Amino acid sequence: MDDQRHILSILVDNQPGVLSRIAGLFSGRGYNIESLCVAATTDPQISRLTMVTVGDDAILEQIKKQLNKLINVIKVITLTDTPFVQRELVLIKVRAKTEFRAEILRIVDIFRAKVVDVSLDHYTIEVTGTEEKLKAIITLLQPIGIKEIARTGAIALQRDVKPCKPEKKAD
Amino acid sequence: MEKKSTAKYTGAQILMKALKDEGVDTIFGYPGGAVLDVYNELPNTDIRHILVRQEQGAVHAADAYARVSGRTGTCLVTSGPGATNAVTGIASAYMDSIPVVIFTGQVPTPLIGNDAFQEVDIVGISRPCTKHNYLVKNVNDLARTIREAYYIAGSGRPGPVLVDIPKDVLRSAAPYSYQKDIQIRSYNPTYEPNIKQLQKVIDLIQAAKQPVIFTGGGVILSDASAELTRFARACRVPVTSSLMGLGAFPASDPLWLGMLGMHGTYRANLAVSSCDLLIGIGVRFDDRVTGKTDEFADKATIVHIDIDPTSIQKNVAVDVPIVGDCRITLKHLNKLAAAQKPLLDDKALKDRNKWFKQIIQWKEDNMMGYDQKKIIKPQYVVEKLFELTRGEAIITTEVGQNQMWAAQYYHFDKPRHFVTSGGLGVMGFGLPAAIGAQVACPDKTVINIAGDGSIQMNIQEMMTAVSNNLPVKIAILNNGYLGMVRQWQELFYDRRYSSTNMEAAPDFVKLAEAYGAVGLRATRPEEVGPVIREALATPKTVMIDFVVEREENVYPMVPAGSPITNMILV
Ligand SMILES: Cc1ncc(C[n+]2csc(CCOP(=O)(O)OP(=O)(O)O)c2C)c(N)n1
Repeated sequence: MDDQRHILSILVDNQPGVLSRIAGLFSGRGYNIESLCVAATTDPQISRLTMVTVGDDAILEQIKKQLNKLINVIKVITLTDTPFVQRELVLIKVRAKTEFRAEILRIVDIFRAKVVDVSLDHYTIEVTGTEEKLKAIITLLQPIGIKEIARTGAIALQRDVKPCKPEKKAD
Repeated sequence: MEKKSTAKYTGAQILMKALKDEGVDTIFGYPGGAVLDVYNELPNTDIRHILVRQEQGAVHAADAYARVSGRTGTCLVTSGPGATNAVTGIASAYMDSIPVVIFTGQVPTPLIGNDAFQEVDIVGISRPCTKHNYLVKNVNDLARTIREAYYIAGSGRPGPVLVDIPKDVLRSAAPYSYQKDIQIRSYNPTYEPNIKQLQKVIDLIQAAKQPVIFTGGGVILSDASAELTRFARACRVPVTSSLMGLGAFPASDPLWLGMLGMHGTYRANLAVSSCDLLIGIGVRFDDRVTGKTDEFADKATIVHIDIDPTSIQKNVAVDVPIVGDCRITLKHLNKLAAAQKPLLDDKALKDRNKWFKQIIQWKEDNMMGYDQKKIIKPQYVVEKLFELTRGEAIITTEVGQNQMWAAQYYHFDKPRHFVTSGGLGVMGFGLPAAIGAQVACPDKTVINIAGDGSIQMNIQEMMTAVSNNLPVKIAILNNGYLGMVRQWQELFYDRRYSSTNMEAAPDFVKLAEAYGAVGLRATRPEEVGPVIREALATPKTVMIDFVVEREENVYPMVPAGSPITNMILV
């Protein structure tokens, strides 16, 4: 019953103003948006919006109904009700004094992250994964000295009802 | 090769053609630079244009036109200030789910976003108070957009739709074709209810000891009054309604409980508080109706029928949700009820009789009334209006005590006869609304029941009424106060009448005359009847100044946020 995190995957017309309609709906009705990612799908007429929001069941129900009521919203899926795959991308700029360089690279390796920029006193690391994974790497890098962070917010897709086996190995 | 029609029309011409194809016969509007091309085309059509004196009036008039005619209202205003003036009207239509299409002019597309003269982002401004809105950037999209706008405004849960058209789009050319059937991928209102759920409702009605039906504006919007009346009578269930629902069920029927909520009747509020089954139809359980929601109908199983799923479970927890059009749903319910023989068994009938007895008792415990002495009581004026029009007038109201007295003392037997700004509660609504109603129903008596404060908010529309020979009657219940606010100050702020004294007022009789209307005044009770008779016999715009008891209050009254059983009774 209590406040829960919900991931919504919303298909909308790819038109100007649609995002502000959705954002306006949330601000106007006092709902919270934790994160929001939007980009076109394979159909250029349609965009997929992945949104993380917080609320109890009644609020979630209203959010879904209100979204469905918007003329430009084609479909709303609550991913948290079904198996789904979720990823987020973070760029972490971390202080890289000589004595820490090896340690940083070890962490990068463990998390299958990537160093995408190097200078005399910092590394910029790219990591993708679930929220927990990103939290873990940030916790490990924190004591070394994180200078800046940029996160995308979650994107997510429903898992196929009948997955054709793999997935396990890759992750 | 087949030859397609290659004739091209300017955007302004396309707008006119599209309006004709939509069956629009009247536009309420106000010109300006951005829409000059449209005004240039207007005389080439037989569409009637009602020139208002302020854009807010255009939207209220189109709104009332829609309410009384059942057709979508249309208005046309210019960019910038024209559009912003229209916003209050749009918001009111949105809150009351009224189908209106608003065309706004916009600066030419190359200038959009440059703070051009009279530019305003009206699509952005009106987004939260329209059902949908459009900025048309290409003349080739214009015809289809207008078709969509009318379709969206009038279907599902109706509402206002705004179409913003830049000046260069009005001037450039494209072919025109009218596409009657349209499909919008993401917009498919549910009209047909789930039949299984409906059987549950019948079962509940058969088992209920103390059922109540609670109706709202949705019943009127979907023309469901006849089906509702049949249903309530067949199932022997008493009926109450929100302000917006007045007229959906005949007030002269013995099953009628009166209005529910803050200024609802004693018996309606008690009946809902003690009922064991509440069937909400086309209502949204507004806080002015429910009071404290935890205690609202807390002994009842609640059924809620509405075309808009967002209305269901929003304010109160519902046991049987039914998404569907009110008329279609009631039709099905009537069929199901007719198939049950008998619909109510002996025990059920006995229970019902007990229930009716209880309701009659409540009615006798608190008869709504007032004591007419030397000074005119506002309630008396409304009752006289009811009597002398035999309850057949279309009543529009302003907002405040006048609105509540109109709702309480003018009894509506038919839908589409009570026109009021319910959801937004806009002072200044009544006069332009009366104009819109009179344009739609030239043969009806249209009366705006007004307060002295509210009437001054759009008084300029007197000129619109007079210049269009609209014989609307304006009955000002002149108490020299912003009465409803004064009433709150009296009851909840220790009588500190801060900024609610309106004694500094124009002479309304002279003002009426200045506009070319007829001005009348009544200061003593015995003058009320004759003055109303005179006004009704005068085929002109008439403004009557009823000088009424200054500190009269609206009762019963439930303090905001209290349970509806907490009524202050005189
Ligand atoms: C545009 C607008 N401004 C303010 C209000 C707040 N308000 C509600 S009722 C009321 C008083 C109305 O006074 P009047 O028109 O004289 O009517 P009365 O209550 O005296 O009948 C006011 C100020 C409102 N509803 N609408």
